[in-house]
Amino acid sequence: MIALDRVARSFLWQELVVGFGLTLKYMFKRKATLNYPYEKGPLSPRFRGEHALRRYPNGEERCIACKLCEAVCPAQAITIESEPRADGSRRTTRYDIDMTKCIYCGFCEEACPVDAIVEGPNFEFAAETRAELFYNKEKLLANGARWEREIAQNLAADAPYR
Amino acid sequence: MAEIWSDTLWPVIVIVFYVLVIAVPLMLAMAYLTYAERKIIGAIQLRQGPMTVGPYGLLQPLADGAKLFFKETVIPTGSNKIVFVLAPMVTFVLALVGWAVIPFGYGLVLANINVGVLYLFAISSLGVYGIIMAGWASNSRYAFLGALRSSAQMVSYEIAIGLIIINVLITAGSLNLSEIVLAQTGLWYAIPHFPMFMIFIVSILAETNRHPFDLPEDEATLVTGYNVEYSSMTFALFFLGEYMNMILMSAIAVILFLGGWLPPFAIFPFTLIPGPIWFILKVCLVLFIFIWARATLPRYRYDQLMRLGWKIFLPLSLAWVVLTSGFLVYFDMLPR
Repeated sequence: MIALDRVARSFLWQELVVGFGLTLKYMFKRKATLNYPYEKGPLSPRFRGEHALRRYPNGEERCIACKLCEAVCPAQAITIESEPRADGSRRTTRYDIDMTKCIYCGFCEEACPVDAIVEGPNFEFAAETRAELFYNKEKLLANGARWEREIAQNLAADAPYR
Repeated sequence: MAEIWSDTLWPVIVIVFYVLVIAVPLMLAMAYLTYAERKIIGAIQLRQGPMTVGPYGLLQPLADGAKLFFKETVIPTGSNKIVFVLAPMVTFVLALVGWAVIPFGYGLVLANINVGVLYLFAISSLGVYGIIMAGWASNSRYAFLGALRSSAQMVSYEIAIGLIIINVLITAGSLNLSEIVLAQTGLWYAIPHFPMFMIFIVSILAETNRHPFDLPEDEATLVTGYNVEYSSMTFALFFLGEYMNMILMSAIAVILFLGGWLPPFAIFPFTLIPGPIWFILKVCLVLFIFIWARATLPRYRYDQLMRLGWKIFLPLSLAWVVLTSGFLVYFDMLPR
């Protein structure tokens, strides 16, 4: 009886019919992929993307050259030089991040006492040359200006959990 | 002078016009078959398929064509250059030539010859030569093994296809494709010959080297088979030939089993739609099965492929020939 059942199934292509039915069902399911450059997936407020140096609302740089980020950076991607400014406050003269070394761990962001260095929501900063990925202070401040709205929102959204 | 015009030149011009009327839409259909394949397989795998070139990626086939056209044709030093260049042309031309006898509607056929089935059978058998030539002329192990596999496979399944066609022929009583279609008025042969129809579908998958029988182009064992050494337009011609063969084989399946241009029921709403539209719809259905099978089934092992062809399909279709002819003779239903 079992043999007969097996022969019947084999001649009626039972397995094939089931398999074809399954693929046909999948054809009408919702797609798992996004049409990437035009559609993007949601990002967490904690997302660690491209770095940015922020400023206070009055335009003053937040960074006070404490070099905690430089010290904590496991990849040693950050280089900072500093000296006192004309008004006596300590500021950086050089703030470089080698984006090819950075491992996007977010420790710099954690270490920063004044929320100056942050990792923003931008992940589309691929460049054509290696040199373009050696970010200097100017580039980081420009990033800060460009992404300030999103960064501030993300920091506010994440604040209750810190 | 006037005689040359009316006897030779004018008929030639008319035939060239007809050929273009058939070939140009076919090329377009072929290009969009590749698009449909990518979209359907994408959908089954929960992907979107091509989306970037044009709206919904609709211009993707043109972009692919342009890319292949502008690439460099590399001819390997060790190859037999004449045969190497000839092989893709043979494949492509043979895939195109078969369309001469396909009836698209009542009387809509380029050459209404009374041995249409034999002609198609001959053309599809010749298709092996393009692949063997490519494999041999490439002077490469992978290409050669691919060609060997392909020829053995196509020859094996051609026998099953031949016997299946005999079933249709003794039921219809004609070798003319238009008459075979007309003999199916009221009852498509897919219904009385249902097992043969299924075997025919599987056999044309093998005959066109499509999944799950695409051993000649097995990337895992043969890199990509008979066309490893080909690039640019020579590769494109193989590619076109393969897809053209798919469409041709689907058209043959439609003519032999699915009633060609006939509507499913000869009643009011169906008879409104003209025959060629029905024909195209049915061809699309069979092509969908081709693509659907590709998305569903894993590749056969070579010995399984041969076992299926020789030990299962051949005896089965032979037995069905005996059964059909016995039935027709016993009930005195042989077509006159």
